[in-house]
Amino acid sequence: MHSLYRKANIMYIPALILFVVFVVYPFFSDIRIAFTNWNGFSQHFKYVGFLNFKRLFTDDNIRTSFINTLLYGFGSTIFQQILGLAFALLLNEPFPGRTIARTVIYLPVMISAVIMGYMWIYLVEYNGALNDIVTLFGGGKVLWLSDAHLAVAVIIAINTLQFVGISMIIYLAGLQGIPNMYYEAASIEGAGTWICFRKITIPLLYPSFVTSVTVNLIGGLKLFDIIRALTGGGPGYTTHSLATLIHSSYFASQNAGYAAAIGVLLFVIILFFTILLQLVFKGKEVQYT
Amino acid sequence: MKKKWLWKVPLSLFICFVQLVPIYITLTVSLKPQTDMSSTWTLPEQPYWNNFATAIEAGGLLRAFLNTIVITAVASFLVIILGAMAAYPLARNPSRLNRGVKTFILSIMMVPASSLLVPLYVLLVKLHAVSTYWGIIAVHVTFNLPLAIFMYSNFIMTIPQELDEAALIDGCSVYSIFRRIILPLIKPITVSVLILTSVTVWNDYQYSLYFLQKPAMKVLTLSIAAFFGQSGADPHVAAAAALMAILPMMIVYLCLQKYFMKGMVEGAIK
Repeated sequence: MHSLYRKANIMYIPALILFVVFVVYPFFSDIRIAFTNWNGFSQHFKYVGFLNFKRLFTDDNIRTSFINTLLYGFGSTIFQQILGLAFALLLNEPFPGRTIARTVIYLPVMISAVIMGYMWIYLVEYNGALNDIVTLFGGGKVLWLSDAHLAVAVIIAINTLQFVGISMIIYLAGLQGIPNMYYEAASIEGAGTWICFRKITIPLLYPSFVTSVTVNLIGGLKLFDIIRALTGGGPGYTTHSLATLIHSSYFASQNAGYAAAIGVLLFVIILFFTILLQLVFKGKEVQYT
Repeated sequence: MKKKWLWKVPLSLFICFVQLVPIYITLTVSLKPQTDMSSTWTLPEQPYWNNFATAIEAGGLLRAFLNTIVITAVASFLVIILGAMAAYPLARNPSRLNRGVKTFILSIMMVPASSLLVPLYVLLVKLHAVSTYWGIIAVHVTFNLPLAIFMYSNFIMTIPQELDEAALIDGCSVYSIFRRIILPLIKPITVSVLILTSVTVWNDYQYSLYFLQKPAMKVLTLSIAAFFGQSGADPHVAAAAALMAILPMMIVYLCLQKYFMKGMVEGAIK
């Protein structure tokens, strides 16, 4: 039987070729470019040693983008867990309109994030929809995207709302996997709703929590589309993430070597958090038998 | 009996309202002429459809539609074929070599494409693949394949190996076992792979921004970004263009939403 399947090994060769050409080779070429002062199009460039990497540690724009990347990643993740779990609990048991609500909450996931960002401009611009509400309640018009801190918060909020549907359905799937007999047994023992939630729902949702946090965090750390649409990284460099900074360093500043070095940094950050999440979450699952 | 769920209805309505606000506001903007200074919350008395006509004429929107459809269709097809093919030996034959290959694919999954865009762009320039269908398709296929391989390989492991053995006794080669026995059985997971891949590719902006630079090769996301990005552009026309761009995916989703949510969960849990 095994010799039969050994012949089948050819079937993964096309996939491996793609991975080597479009992931492994670029990975090493990224590291090579990061050691040069190449501008992205000229035939001439010099190896400059660790210059680009040293610059990473002294560049204020990198510091801002690095902090923003963490804010986008963790900010979105935290709010998506709170809202996603709340929505899942709200829409778990049947009531009229439940299916429609689930469908609508998940709907923005289908929209390209860059188009979603542009659509939000109609809400956050000076004469936009949000300021109409603010003035209705007697407030002064807010410049949502001119203040760096506020703009970062707006981006986090938009990203959270657009993709909260993913967390919601992951938690819904988790809730449906909890057998009803646990709740029945607990209520016979005299446990109330809150105790049931604390002692049964929360621990048994742990796998869903792990999945949802991982998906949201990795997605948030790579955030690109919404930032490009809403602020383009501005005002100044204050709302850039590392992903958008790579693009602007390469195409706007024509500094391919530096862009490649930022790419290495982003790779290290995402790898670090991927491994960290696996270590933190490992072996904490509960099982009731 | 008291209706304990009654409080859930207004709350759900409010959440739905918040989620639909961006689309609603874009709709009201798209239906007004540039001279209309009324609040974006109000619908116009007379819808101004000219914005939609202007958007179609001006921005090469139809061309962008076509490009997006071709790229999404071909990339999804290749991910399904190459993914299922690669998963079969990996699921059936856990030899040392194949476990190594699986680990390799898992580590490929950990490499975020966003960090590789500079060298990928340089590579595509060398291969004369910038602004070509095959260049962007190759990139999309590569970065959607690992997940597809894992979903397929987990699914194939649940198919009893006795089926393969029976077919072998009947004189089937390993390739015809794959084609005649496995392929028909993996349809349910193929639906999920198809949905995950096609939504990702259809909505992609980042790769397209790097690798599709010629105007004739623009996809929908690039075309919409151009509508908003031009200085002095009419925001009402841009709103009309944005609505037309998101409509196809929304219709498909509303018709098949059960499969979309199932696919998403399967993709996330792997």
